[in-house]
Amino acid sequence: MAGTVRQGLSAAWPICLGYFPIGLSLGVLAQKVGLAPWQMAAMSILVFAGGSQFIAVAMLGVAASPVAIVSTVFMVNLRHLLMSSALSVHFPGVSRRFLALFAYGLTDESFAVNLTRFSQGGWHRYSALTLNHAANTTWIVSTVAGVYLGQLVPPGAAGVDYALTGMFICLLVFQLRGPIFTITALIAAACSLMAYLWLPGNAYVIVASCCAATAGLVLKRTLLKREVPA
Amino acid sequence: MNSREFLLLMAAMGAVTYLPRMLPLVALSGRKLPSWFAEWLELIPAAILSALIAPTLFAHADPRVLTFGKIELLAALPTLFCAVKTRSLAGTVVVGMLCYWGLGLVM
Repeated sequence: MAGTVRQGLSAAWPICLGYFPIGLSLGVLAQKVGLAPWQMAAMSILVFAGGSQFIAVAMLGVAASPVAIVSTVFMVNLRHLLMSSALSVHFPGVSRRFLALFAYGLTDESFAVNLTRFSQGGWHRYSALTLNHAANTTWIVSTVAGVYLGQLVPPGAAGVDYALTGMFICLLVFQLRGPIFTITALIAAACSLMAYLWLPGNAYVIVASCCAATAGLVLKRTLLKREVPA
Repeated sequence: MNSREFLLLMAAMGAVTYLPRMLPLVALSGRKLPSWFAEWLELIPAAILSALIAPTLFAHADPRVLTFGKIELLAALPTLFCAVKTRSLAGTVVVGMLCYWGLGLVM
């Protein structure tokens, strides 16, 4: 048990490193639109979704209606449906209570790291849960600290802004386990850019992922099967 | 907005964030999925990661336009190389951050 927790903590550091400056800047923004530290904490605990919290804070700043805020947050986080589905194969026979707790910490970053570790093997579900909560704790602490600290931390110190991008690039490389994965990733990048330019918000993630995975599946089942008979 | 209204709003935001994260996990885990769906899900992570990264590297945010000259893209080349060669997450993150930071100083 202690070992699995330690494993989870040591895998969490790139996420925590990436979350910290983002959390601080969210806190600074929240302080500017008049949120108190306890309100920032309540938001980070109840919502725990970086991108949509930024949007929510901005919308609170312009006094948007609660219905508009909630529906925007819903749309922004809908992409987690796919991530949750993709992770589900790694939890056979696991209790609903555990899954309900685990799902709370499912973010783009924890999804990417957990999925990679699960597919490499030897990744315990308690390590995964630890990782989620380490990321969550970092997020709560950094967002609340941002409200207090204001702009003491210089923007872009030592390239921390790039920590999450670097992590995503590496995790993508881990996912490229054959030509079909690379083709799917390339299609996803192209679709994502088109959707990013033409669709509002971050619908591009879910649209591009679904299109690319479908295209990849069709290619795999038609072209590749014919070339390389199993 | 008073404290009670604020907390209600946060609870509603929390619910619409949590449900999409929780329902597929609880509904699908331990179930035998049709083979096409399992194969489709297998491709989803690579697709999601690529879709998440692409605009960071190839597009400006406000207004949204395509570009090929971002520091993020330049820094991605050594980062990608490092990931392929070392297959080390920690090493790649550090290399990426240093390249991004260094390029930001020069450019």
